Amino acid sequence: MKHTIAALVENRFGVLARIAGLFSARGFNIDSLTVGETEDPTISRMTIVVEGDDRVLEQVMKQLNKLVDVIKVSDISSQKFVDRELVLIKVNAPRSRRSEIMEIAEVFRAKIVDISPNTLTIEATGNEDKIKAIIGMLKPFGIKELARTGRVAMLREFRGEV
Amino acid sequence: MTGAEIFVECLKREGVKEFFGYPGGAVIPLFDELYKHWEEFRFILVRHEQAAAHAADGYARATGKVGVCIATSGPGATNLTTGIATAYMDSVPIVAFTGQVRTAMIGSDAFQEADVTGITRPITKHNYLVKDVEDLARIIKEAFYIARTGRPGPVLVDVPVDIGLAETEFDYPEKVELRGYKPNYKGHPLQIKRVAKAIEESERPLLYIGGGVVISGAHEEVRQLAEKANIPVTTTLMALGTFPPDHPLYLGMPGMHGTRYANMAFIECDLIIAVGARFDDRVTGKIDAFAPHAKIAHIDIDPAAISKNVKVHIPVVGDAKLILRELLPLVKPRPRNSWNDQIDEWKRKWPLTYRNSDSVVKPQYVVEQIYEATKDRETIIATEVGQNQMWTAQYYKFHRPRTLLTSGGLGTMGYGFPASVGAQVGRPDALVIDIAGDGSIQMNIQELATVVQHGLPIKIAILNNGYLGMVRQWQELFWGRRYSAVDIAVQPDFVKLAEAYGIKGMRIEHPSEVRDAIEEALKEPGPVLMDFRIEREENVFPMVPAGKALHEMIGGLA
Repeated sequence: MKHTIAALVENRFGVLARIAGLFSARGFNIDSLTVGETEDPTISRMTIVVEGDDRVLEQVMKQLNKLVDVIKVSDISSQKFVDRELVLIKVNAPRSRRSEIMEIAEVFRAKIVDISPNTLTIEATGNEDKIKAIIGMLKPFGIKELARTGRVAMLREFRGEV
Repeated sequence: MTGAEIFVECLKREGVKEFFGYPGGAVIPLFDELYKHWEEFRFILVRHEQAAAHAADGYARATGKVGVCIATSGPGATNLTTGIATAYMDSVPIVAFTGQVRTAMIGSDAFQEADVTGITRPITKHNYLVKDVEDLARIIKEAFYIARTGRPGPVLVDVPVDIGLAETEFDYPEKVELRGYKPNYKGHPLQIKRVAKAIEESERPLLYIGGGVVISGAHEEVRQLAEKANIPVTTTLMALGTFPPDHPLYLGMPGMHGTRYANMAFIECDLIIAVGARFDDRVTGKIDAFAPHAKIAHIDIDPAAISKNVKVHIPVVGDAKLILRELLPLVKPRPRNSWNDQIDEWKRKWPLTYRNSDSVVKPQYVVEQIYEATKDRETIIATEVGQNQMWTAQYYKFHRPRTLLTSGGLGTMGYGFPASVGAQVGRPDALVIDIAGDGSIQMNIQELATVVQHGLPIKIAILNNGYLGMVRQWQELFWGRRYSAVDIAVQPDFVKLAEAYGIKGMRIEHPSEVRDAIEEALKEPGPVLMDFRIEREENVFPMVPAGKALHEMIGGLA
């Protein structure tokens, strides 16, 4: 099962290496890892997606918590959260098929960010399902290049049942 | 103040009196400052940086204080790493200072440059590269704090040459504020109540005591708990000395070379109360067959140690001593029952034993005789790793915590001798003995010069079988007696070697000479090296073969 872990860490050199090193040393696989500054410039936020059963997750969380530079760790996938990923897709787009691709982009509220005689580059954001779906739709045209940011996530503020 | 002045001042403020190390280009500024304060410290110049780390570790284990070592950049620092990893695995508080190339040259593959914070990241509790002299005092303060609090461990501070020369205002922080590091000492009251209830409901409880009890100083509370509820006690290698060895409730050490009765107790018990122990594979044997009937309560300061190897039913995170003090009044006295009788019967049936000889020296006999000769003195025993370590654990009776120094987690050959250097420096009053193998002792034999230079009256007992004995034992038992690369009968004349360093050397080849030789060595005011020529193919028994369950022990029957 996939888990999304949010970690607040000291915004210092070497912290990313510490965390990545912990994962490899303990034999945990990272699906994706994103990192960036928060509203407090001394703190960075990492969103780490890991695959594993509950025991693996428990160890990952505990080991992360042991690091002196890690301030707070939470498994947000056990609660209500929003997650987004950004993807850039460079797809084969001969003139004859361009409008078809642009239609797909529109359905996904994606943007065309670059155009050349034979390609279109599309920027899409969304949760995992949406990203998977747009990639699936564009695959038949021939994807030349794909870049994904990895997931960022945040707990929902209103957590009651709707 | 210059960085070097700050370094020395910080050591003083942390109460460091003795420390260990080896100089080099990148730490000359620090050593130059030390030179001005030479009389205020006892600096032990070792002969190899690895020994400095082990000595700091032995000092810390023997005294309970933070051990300090220092080495230069590059090879000096990489030589420390085995000692740092050893301390990390056994939760020993040391602070290691390493030199580094000038900040402007970092990353340029400069002479004697190595990415030391990178290399030591997985083997330190935390580490620092000092990039600004203004951070130096705070970092040193934090390093000592992190090393000795929570689950202790090694912390490394990498100091570039120019940091030692740069100047700043000295400001030593009063308090350490680390938002990501707040160790928890007090156990959750509800969880403590659940442990008390589990003990009350249990028919066959077992106390499983680990090194955390030594660190926390909780041995007295462990004894009170055991006696109040008549709970049998087994102590791991790291915890030998925390429970009276002749106590009727004592089961000795469990695991691969533990007693049969301790291992059977794990198999048959219905409740394990683990205190400061971590269910290491050398203790549990085949994990799926470990303690099949037991509910497990686990008291540990490290949340990550809980449910790592076995599933724990009642976790209690915090300091062992504080938690046991809370627990004691909640535990109802429990009369002896058939479980205690069962254990007594096992103890009678399977005593730890070996076949002695009147023609050839048996290693177990040597260890027993060392015990007999030293039991009335304050004695600290260090061991190397392998058969010598296990025979010592089995046949030396440790009465007090911090009297056995041994590399339990990492299993570092070459640890014992430099660790005894540290112990002797920290405990000048105590008799310090390193029980070694002929393989291990040669891994740090150069420290004989350190011992002589600093007047440390350490006694070394080599159990010499001309083999890398533990590997040979495995080859004999499980690898068709194919003795691949274990014959080290080609070795120096250890007596002459001792004499070459200017210390007394003795060779003991007959059982009848053993006790007299030990007595003679103990009378000698200076260091002594004893070369016991033992039975070449003696094995450590009993033994749980790797991958087998605890009740599948072989050998060692009377």
